[in-house]
Amino acid sequence: SQAAWCELPSRVLLVLTSQRGVQMYEADGSTMVFWHALDVPELPAAHSVFARGIAAAGGRFICVGTSFGAVLVFDVPPKGTNVTLSEVLEQHRDPITDIAAEQGQAPDGAGDLVTADDSGTLCLWSSGEEFTLLGKIPGSGCTCSSVALWKGIVAAGYGNGQIRLWEAGSGRIRAQVSAHARWIYALDLAPLTGKLLSGAEDSFVHVWKLSRNPDTDDIEVQHCHAECVTDTQVCGARFCDPAGDTFAVTGYDLSEILCY
Amino acid sequence: RVDEWTDVDRKRVMNDIISTMFNNKFMEELFKPQDLYSKKALRTVYDRLAHASIMRLNQASMDKLYDLMTMAFKYQVLLCPRPRDILLVTFNHLDAIKDFISDSPGILNQVDETFRRLIETYNCLSDGEFQLIRQTLLIFFQDMHIRVSIFLKDKVQNSNGRFVLPISGPVPWGTEVPGLIRIFNHKGVEVKRAEFTTAGNYVTPQREGSFELYGDRVLKLGTNMYSVTRPVETHMSGSSKNLASQAKEHTAPNPLAKEELNFLARLLGGLDIQKPAGGESGFRLNLFTTDEEEEHAAQTRPEELSYKVINIEATQ
Repeated sequence: SQAAWCELPSRVLLVLTSQRGVQMYEADGSTMVFWHALDVPELPAAHSVFARGIAAAGGRFICVGTSFGAVLVFDVPPKGTNVTLSEVLEQHRDPITDIAAEQGQAPDGAGDLVTADDSGTLCLWSSGEEFTLLGKIPGSGCTCSSVALWKGIVAAGYGNGQIRLWEAGSGRIRAQVSAHARWIYALDLAPLTGKLLSGAEDSFVHVWKLSRNPDTDDIEVQHCHAECVTDTQVCGARFCDPAGDTFAVTGYDLSEILCY
Repeated sequence: RVDEWTDVDRKRVMNDIISTMFNNKFMEELFKPQDLYSKKALRTVYDRLAHASIMRLNQASMDKLYDLMTMAFKYQVLLCPRPRDILLVTFNHLDAIKDFISDSPGILNQVDETFRRLIETYNCLSDGEFQLIRQTLLIFFQDMHIRVSIFLKDKVQNSNGRFVLPISGPVPWGTEVPGLIRIFNHKGVEVKRAEFTTAGNYVTPQREGSFELYGDRVLKLGTNMYSVTRPVETHMSGSSKNLASQAKEHTAPNPLAKEELNFLARLLGGLDIQKPAGGESGFRLNLFTTDEEEEHAAQTRPEELSYKVINIEATQ
């Protein structure tokens, strides 16, 4: 199960995903605005059914991934409960792991949404009445567990501990970091500074700085800081402010949220 | 008393339990795609298996045995370097089991059959699918912090019940030692390298474990913890956090209860229990040092850690 705040210009919704489907609540949790049930087969299948991956896109849509590989696009009105399933994007053949929307200003042609799946395949989209597939980055067999998108840079965290930075427009790899010794569970980005946060099962949380070299147009990444959460497999990591000055961490068997 | 057992008795119990566990019908049910069972259901199946022979255990010893099994398994799943390694852990279990019944070809065959089934069903799964399985298992064991003597002694578990997660040693197969940053230009040519350091002290692994019927698993997780005689104490005070959630699990009406009972009946129906023949009295296994200690443990077990066992008379 996952929970995410979806910030749209007109309203903020709390979106929850589970094995049954998708639920959307008003920001204060008072009312359920909408729910969408996933088609569950009659007999238990060999593969589990679930929704995973949540992002708000294009100032109007909420996108949710599924274990079938399909991405559900919901059109959300500025007020009320008339949320409709606007489109189903079917480019992935493996369960969706994460979805991220552009958090800064995208360069032309770079798109404003990235979707990732179990095989490591990334798809880049341009949101709208009809979403357009701008590019596909084939996976190399390692699960992409987490993605972020900022100024046309796709930051992807993988199950083998690697972070890769891709150029959204061209689909080319621009940086590769041997970041963690275990499965990366979380990536978060601070849009004001380009700081990237990564948390993994190896107990480490790292803060990186992304930037573009104005002369070469190369994407640069620097390591800023490391924290070791002793004896804890980090499951969640998020910046608490848009500049990335503070961040919070959660872990398996940990009943506390740690703030740094 | 265990010291009254002969080698023949030990052999008998080992053979009975293993052949019961690996019989066709039971495996058939286990391999059906299904949701993870509840804690009650798992404990019930475990009880049945433990009593598949002439060995008997009182409630307190049974509880302790289950605690040991639970924490050992949690440890193995948690520390798997790669999600796929939970399969290697399972293979280690089976390799050890095969060693116990190496001179009983019939039972050996049953175990090999299960081995082949595992290979057929699981070898092809993706990392993502294995991680999902692993996460599901970890959620099942969440908040359990029973302290196990040999884990505490080996410094594998802290005094607060949490496992030690080393930040040194070989990285998983397929992972690079952390520290390198590589930058590529728009043509895909590497133009810069940089390094960063952390408190971790990792090295490259030597080789990958084997997923075949026979082979070096490389991974030590899942190998016999008691290959040398070790103490079996467990400590429970203060080991169960989140009492509220535990209480909820025991008292909330479960709409799937009927489903689960049916499932259990089918599963246990596949367990062919050999009742001791008339005259055989069976042996009682006591995991405590004295009978009095066992009795005391039964009376002082914290409420939130009591397992409620379901009584099912499963008929074929």
